[in-house]
Amino acid sequence: MSEATMEISLSVNGEQVARTVPVRQHLVDFLRTEMGLTGSHLGCEHGVCGACSVRVDGAVVRGCLMLAVQADGAEVVTVEGLTQTGEVADLQENFVNRNAMQCGYCTPGMLITASELLRDPKPVTRAEIRDHLSGNFCRCTGYHAIVDAVEMTLNKRLEEG
Amino acid sequence: MKAPKFNYVKAESRSHALQLLDELGEDGRIIAGGQSLMPTLNMRLSQPDTLIDINKIPDLGGITLDGNIVRIGALTRHVEVANSPVVAEHLPLIAEAMPHVAHHAVRNRGTIGGSVALADPAAEMPACVLALGGTMVVESVNGSREIAAEDYFHGLYETARETNELLVELRIPAKKTGDISVFMELAQRHGDYAMAGLACVARINGNAFEGLRLVYFGSEDKPTLASKAVSAVIGQAWSEECKEAATKALEDDLDPMANLQGSSAMKLHLQKVLTGRALDTAIERAEAA
Repeated sequence: MSEATMEISLSVNGEQVARTVPVRQHLVDFLRTEMGLTGSHLGCEHGVCGACSVRVDGAVVRGCLMLAVQADGAEVVTVEGLTQTGEVADLQENFVNRNAMQCGYCTPGMLITASELLRDPKPVTRAEIRDHLSGNFCRCTGYHAIVDAVEMTLNKRLEEG
Repeated sequence: MKAPKFNYVKAESRSHALQLLDELGEDGRIIAGGQSLMPTLNMRLSQPDTLIDINKIPDLGGITLDGNIVRIGALTRHVEVANSPVVAEHLPLIAEAMPHVAHHAVRNRGTIGGSVALADPAAEMPACVLALGGTMVVESVNGSREIAAEDYFHGLYETARETNELLVELRIPAKKTGDISVFMELAQRHGDYAMAGLACVARINGNAFEGLRLVYFGSEDKPTLASKAVSAVIGQAWSEECKEAATKALEDDLDPMANLQGSSAMKLHLQKVLTGRALDTAIERAEAA
């Protein structure tokens, strides 16, 4: 079978782009190889580890479980986009403060997943933070420091209204 | 790994999807949320000739209360089901099950129709639909038909849906006054595939079960209604002896499949433990109601 391709047009971190892609290419391969955005990581490539998490039309999804062609017409935001807009600057600072990243492989996925909790901050328990992050593997920290960083950021945002 | 080569067609409408399914036959494979299909593609466990993407079909999603039936479009995302006030009020069993359906990011994209169409034996939604006595609506170029949940799930990833049929809607009876439901699941990590699980719908009078449906998942090759365990419980005052009789009877209802997560005997043990917990909880909920 020859390689089927399709033309797609989408917004990546606020920038409108058009490319012709193989239909079998998943979104993170597209972002990494076509767009040079290597912040989204591929761990397991079958939806278990969460390192590939990206935001598509406002919702966090597994980038390896979505085809690039399915993002045609969508707004995609990666960790680079979140960083540029400053949306998670306080969370990133707290990741450093709490030593919540060690090897850093899971960090982009953790930041994007946690950003959903922080976007419209409501008081949540540590157990709820853990539950929210349950789809993201970290093999270094033991999670405690990550939960600390998210909790600190959330509390600060709630305080400041 | 990377997915094998395949062709890809975006279905523009329901009729377009049905036409494609009819033309492609065994060569066509529907992709909805893709949260189970994409992993098998990436691992090259599936090799479809053509993917039929139904995500852009406009009238396949949504949740409505129609008399005493809740109608859920097949393309409704898990997150929409989880956040739905209609589901919370009228299908509390499904509302209780939803947090167990994979993880946050997967619920944002995965669909309830996809879960029921795939019929993974460890999935929550097939068990809930069977426990609640729901009906699946499927369509083909030849028209539509309704399939009761009891007749729908045939075995491991096997259902009554024909190759040229598209699952379009779930119709699930709304909770009646006095119905009690309990959902329980055991997984290695919250949100992972169930090692054992139980969807339970009951009618309780005082301290006794008058009506009971127990559907087990995660251990059999399909969601499984237990009749012997139910017979051991109905009409009896709920007690430790009754619980023991029910779990003993469950041995004749279930024949768990061993997998990497546990042996057959271990899974049977877990289902017995869940049975006791779920029925205790049902009695507590009836008392509190």
